[in-house]
Amino acid sequence: MREIAVVAFAQTRHSAVDEGLGEPELILPVLDEVRERSGLRKFGFTCSGSCDYLAGAPFSFVSALDALGAWPPISESHVEMDAAWALYEAWVRLQHGDVDSALIYGFGKSSQGDLREIMTLQLDPYYLAPLGLDQVSYAALQASACGADRAELDEVVRRSRAAGRDNPYALDLPDPSGDGYEVEPLRPYDVAPITDGAAAVVLAAGDLAREVCERPAWITGIAHRIDPHYLGMRDLARSASAAEAARAAGVGKGSLDVAELHVQFSHEERILRQALELPDSTVVNPSGGPLAANPVMATGLIRIGEAASRIMDGTASRTLGHAASGPCLQHNLVTVMEG
Amino acid sequence: MPSEELIAEHVLEFPGGYTRTTGPVIGRFLTELRDGRIVGVRTAGGRTLVPPLEYDPDTGEAVTGEFTEVGPTGTVEGWAWVSEPRAGHPLERPFAWALIRLDGADTALVHAVDAGDVRAMRPGLRVRPRWRTGRTGHITDIESFVPEVTRIVSPVRTEYRVRPGKSLARFLEGIERGIFLGCRCGSCGKVYVPYRLSCPECGVAITEETELPDTGTITTFAINNLPDPRAPEVPFVSAYILLDGADIPMIALVGDVPAHEVRQGMRVRAVWVPEEERTASMSNIRWFAPTGEPDVEL
Repeated sequence: MREIAVVAFAQTRHSAVDEGLGEPELILPVLDEVRERSGLRKFGFTCSGSCDYLAGAPFSFVSALDALGAWPPISESHVEMDAAWALYEAWVRLQHGDVDSALIYGFGKSSQGDLREIMTLQLDPYYLAPLGLDQVSYAALQASACGADRAELDEVVRRSRAAGRDNPYALDLPDPSGDGYEVEPLRPYDVAPITDGAAAVVLAAGDLAREVCERPAWITGIAHRIDPHYLGMRDLARSASAAEAARAAGVGKGSLDVAELHVQFSHEERILRQALELPDSTVVNPSGGPLAANPVMATGLIRIGEAASRIMDGTASRTLGHAASGPCLQHNLVTVMEG
Repeated sequence: MPSEELIAEHVLEFPGGYTRTTGPVIGRFLTELRDGRIVGVRTAGGRTLVPPLEYDPDTGEAVTGEFTEVGPTGTVEGWAWVSEPRAGHPLERPFAWALIRLDGADTALVHAVDAGDVRAMRPGLRVRPRWRTGRTGHITDIESFVPEVTRIVSPVRTEYRVRPGKSLARFLEGIERGIFLGCRCGSCGKVYVPYRLSCPECGVAITEETELPDTGTITTFAINNLPDPRAPEVPFVSAYILLDGADIPMIALVGDVPAHEVRQGMRVRAVWVPEEERTASMSNIRWFAPTGEPDVEL
């Protein structure tokens, strides 16, 4: 395998409301930031992650290319997924050996529509979508299946929001309170907040990485695995695919200082900690995680970027970035990085 | 002047909806559903997948062509309660999303359960489909699942004409006048109230009538949390009250005092309805209320 590292990461100061920025306007500042940090203007490969349903317009990701400078034509790709999977595609592309750098970005403005119902559209069209099963409802089925207790969930939210208040890029959310249910057993604060935002990462291979970054976050393991889509065909209390991805990425080969997990509902932290076999000594979501800022389609990439930042700034030596996709943690991507 | 924020309303819609082919496996399931049957498909490993998938999620192998009817009864394995249904939801009243393992299936079906109340939901709950009329071959041909019948409500009502008997009639005459009528046994000397014609202890007729005051002492009491038409509100207190001069307590309501302040030995007095409203009925006495006197040692 070629040595590949995260050498630059940037994210927007995420917003809970639509600040009136068009998508290229949202992306351009983070692209400029990673270009500046890496000193690179041209990239061997560019890949983005976004979801057209968030804007309600087909091929909306194409207009985002205006922020790139894509003429004369560049080598570019897009995934209709969280940009963590764009990073995976870029990592695979760099393994080919003919290019040494890649730019990855993701963005989403979930303030524009009704995210709970937009997420229904990703469900299978025969058995689940026609029932109107919305995102919070299927998450509540999983919360119920895993049997997490209320005090534990409250603590996850309290810790995440407190960390988010210390993170200039995350939202300022108060300690959780109130005893109403969104969909029982989930309370409104168990659900990641509606957020607009974007993020970008630069990957570089071998010597280029050492040249452009003082402490590159070397990707020593990256893998993704997927569970059956239909909720009744799997044990919702566990995430078999996250555990498989963790094994394939070599999570257990050393101790982890930090794990950034794609926890969009508080109960998912418990399931992921178990699947990834994280010890108590690993700090989970010091950024606040998605419960403090959830710019959909950038959220997973931000987990990798946050985990990489801890290595690039010298505060950690081995970290994990996790991204999830699909209903109830169906699809999991695990990235292990080392200094 | 700052310009007004520009906002456009935008709808993404495919008029009439997408047309999707079902393939033979999902198509068979939906066809059976239209006929009011639920089928699963067997995998090579012998599991029955409901709803049927084209591939075994465990192995990735194509499933067998063997379909088997399951249910219609199933068991709720997990559920989440929606107290405020959304526009896209299958029911307009509160309901549960549930994972339902139909009898004969090895996997769970996701659907709605119309249970009425969250307290009706529990793992292990047995449910059956409620079919839509005019089925078309769609997962919503099952309107929702509903709990199996495990109980019924049996109304009981018969009507009577009741006469009080001589002793009670005599006692109620007293009540109409605002007086508690008792009696004293000529054999053992005990004073009973309400008035009666024989002594239950001695088995002899009683002839001596005596008037008792409307004051007494609470000997024991109960705090009642179920509503009763005779009580003003819940919780209410019913008590044994030993009228002054009586040997046997009578049961009555206690009022004008918070339930938690009622105690044994408390002195009370009857609260009568105004004279012009009185009839030969115990409803002449609203309840007994504390007199404020010191408690009595029982």
